[in-house]
Amino acid sequence: MLFTSYEFLAFILILFILYYLIPAKAQWKLLLLASYLFYFLASPIYVVYIFTTTVTIYFASCRIGKIGEEQSAYLKAHKSDLSKDERKEYKAGMKKRQWHLLLAGLLFNLGILAVVKYTNFAISNINGILRLFGNPGQLDFWDIALPMGISFYTFQSLGYLIDVYRGVVPVEKNPFKLALFISFFPQLVQGPISRFGDLSQSLFAEHRFQAETVARGLQRILWGFFKKLVIADRILVGVNTIIRGSDQYTGAYVFLGMMFYALELYADFTGGIDITIGVAETMGITIKENFQRPYFSKSIKEYWRRWHITMGTWFTDYIFYPISVCKPMLKFSRFSRSKFGEVVGKRLPVYLSSFAVWFATGIWHGASWNFIVWGLGNWVVIMVSQEMEPLYERFHARWNVRDRFFYRLFQVIRTILLMSCLRMFDCYRDVPLTFKMFGTMFTHWNWNIFWNGALLKLGLSALDYGILAAGLLLLIVVSLIQRSGSVRGRIAAKPYPVRFIIWFGLFLVVLLMGAYGIGYDESQFIYNQF
Amino acid sequence: MKSKKAFRVIASAIIVFVCLFLLQRLLVPKYVSEIVEGAMIAEYYKEKMDHDVVFIGDCEVYENFSPKVLWEEFGINSYIRGSAQQLIWQSYYLLEDTLRYEKPQVVIFNVLSMQYNEPQREAYNRMTLEGMKWSGAKVKSILASMTEEENFLDYVFPILRYHSRWSELKPEDAEYMFKPHQVSHNGYYMRVDVKPAENVPEGKLLADYSFGENAYDYLGRFTKLCKEDDIQLILIKAPSLYPYWYDEWEAQMEEFAAENDLLYINFLELVEETGLDFSTDTYDAGLHLNLSGAEKVSRYLGRVLREEGVPDRRGEEELQEIWQEKIRLYEQDKEEQLHEITDCAAR
Repeated sequence: MLFTSYEFLAFILILFILYYLIPAKAQWKLLLLASYLFYFLASPIYVVYIFTTTVTIYFASCRIGKIGEEQSAYLKAHKSDLSKDERKEYKAGMKKRQWHLLLAGLLFNLGILAVVKYTNFAISNINGILRLFGNPGQLDFWDIALPMGISFYTFQSLGYLIDVYRGVVPVEKNPFKLALFISFFPQLVQGPISRFGDLSQSLFAEHRFQAETVARGLQRILWGFFKKLVIADRILVGVNTIIRGSDQYTGAYVFLGMMFYALELYADFTGGIDITIGVAETMGITIKENFQRPYFSKSIKEYWRRWHITMGTWFTDYIFYPISVCKPMLKFSRFSRSKFGEVVGKRLPVYLSSFAVWFATGIWHGASWNFIVWGLGNWVVIMVSQEMEPLYERFHARWNVRDRFFYRLFQVIRTILLMSCLRMFDCYRDVPLTFKMFGTMFTHWNWNIFWNGALLKLGLSALDYGILAAGLLLLIVVSLIQRSGSVRGRIAAKPYPVRFIIWFGLFLVVLLMGAYGIGYDESQFIYNQF
Repeated sequence: MKSKKAFRVIASAIIVFVCLFLLQRLLVPKYVSEIVEGAMIAEYYKEKMDHDVVFIGDCEVYENFSPKVLWEEFGINSYIRGSAQQLIWQSYYLLEDTLRYEKPQVVIFNVLSMQYNEPQREAYNRMTLEGMKWSGAKVKSILASMTEEENFLDYVFPILRYHSRWSELKPEDAEYMFKPHQVSHNGYYMRVDVKPAENVPEGKLLADYSFGENAYDYLGRFTKLCKEDDIQLILIKAPSLYPYWYDEWEAQMEEFAAENDLLYINFLELVEETGLDFSTDTYDAGLHLNLSGAEKVSRYLGRVLREEGVPDRRGEEELQEIWQEKIRLYEQDKEEQLHEITDCAAR
């Protein structure tokens, strides 16, 4: 059920009515039912996967919690008769038991993810190796369903399990509540990856109907629809034409496709998240923001703090830090410092941890070398810019431009271009083709396409370009206003007729200029595939 | 304070409703120029529902028979409920719809649509279905006709289907926002131009010549409904040379008609009797008849209908008056088209 389909609108409308009609204490139960129904409608088999994850996470977390409780009770009961060392030893033993449970939960669920998502990728690599060595035998690909949103809900569940292990969140003893946390339908298909501590409070709370909250949610949904239907799905035609016709569309077309894709991905993903957050908001549930005007970032590092924030923090908290402080890494740190000196030796463990994070980020996005190279490309850019920091400092000491508008604009454009270049790996069929197409930007000199009418042969009319330009301008203006506070808040402070004109106007824009229905391809949200 | 809020809500709702209504009226196609077939189904509802004969079918009925001739020469009050590529289930539900308003003595169904067993094209669906007034028959017809890409809600709120038409609006869209443009003469679409039928292609070989189960099912339902309502059903195959009418199809129709005790007329076999001349009586090389051809075929059909007992109602004053006006418009349309052809030739 696509977020932009009539079915989804009907689904949330019925749910919304029921949600505020039933007793407030039963609201979360209704959401659980709705979430499982949503998932069931996508494919009944998917329910088996999410149910398995929920059950395993539930038992592992409860057991970890129980061990924690046993430990507290034991220590309390033996407060006076245990020496400090005995207490320490006892605690270590209990922690080890918890660790084993955590490890079992992680391995089992990551195992499911690995099997459904990466088996065929592994087989294709094995086949490639076999071919390389002249072996004619080929392994057959598995016909295996990739459950919708499995990467999102697996990571969300594992985050919860790790948090329970770390004692950051209490154990959720009600299995149905935990099931809702894992399956909450608005965020099931494309995130954000919520933390139990952030989401649970409002998710399980009782909500009375409040016109203002509902209105704000609807406004957010409308804004999401604008991004998705008016911008993303309209420009999609141009992106597909350029990418699918890689023989024909080289040079400047590649640059254009790259920029089109940057806009499409932004409008598509942030639009989807707006709908997610808006749907939850209409029911009084707060989901954490996933974007913070990422295209205003002045460096890639900053960009990743503002783009898909919940994923970035997940990787940082659950992969980067644990790897950085694990015993082998500390040992390696000591080794590298003794071998390569303080300056280099201190950095090597950071590089290694970052490498692991970006490798995981890449492969999380998709089972292909394109995504792995994309992830590692980000790692390289971030590491290089980190290494060049002293050079930048010298430059800024010499030329005092850091706070100048044009320099900041240069930084923003540079970041957008860098990110867009890296994203080319998302677009083209394979890594060699991506490099080849990138190269044509410098070898096939056909920049006259921007004024010789060729742009009108990409499946986009002059009117489409007009709508896209206006849409882009609106996105920029809204983002600029957002820097000084909530746009919806500002609009809410305006007189009623102004508010009415703004929101009804936006509704009409989506209705009349949205790329939906017959004549337009109904397109999935890009992040649904992850 | 509360009343102010209530006023706001009501006023906003009214503005929203009116804006959307006006937009929808503006954006839906009016079928005034170029493709006019989409306007024909709706025209029926303006009629005085007192027809003795109702034709139901695709372009082979609305372009090949002239109700004006049937009235003028036989006193038969008839109407054609046809639209482009009207599929058999659409014809069946149009019959159900017609029976909500009147009970004709004879229903004539053109069997070409038996060749289609499943939904075909959205554009044609729209031309048939949009003109129907809302009823159970329309709902069922939509559900039976929708292609995979279609959505029922788009029929309920056509603005969702035509939302992007704002970029191709013409003055006629504003002009005919509320008043429809009459394009047919009792469902007959008049063309007076001539394009002789030459080198009519033979039909392509088909893997299977059997009509589909779904098509047969609706033909059976069509027959049953007519019998239940004591209406005589006449099956016809209009005299269009193309799309090709296969002997195997003919045999199946003859068999069905015999089994159900129905009159079946294949006009392709009556070229001599009707006096059709495909060098002068078609405007598109044999696909459809022009006015001359349609009038010839209608004269033949009029005689058949008379034999079947359809009454001559020329003595009814009210009908006479209605038809007088219809004939005036018919002649006017004919004159205008002839004039246009003469003008074109002169240029």
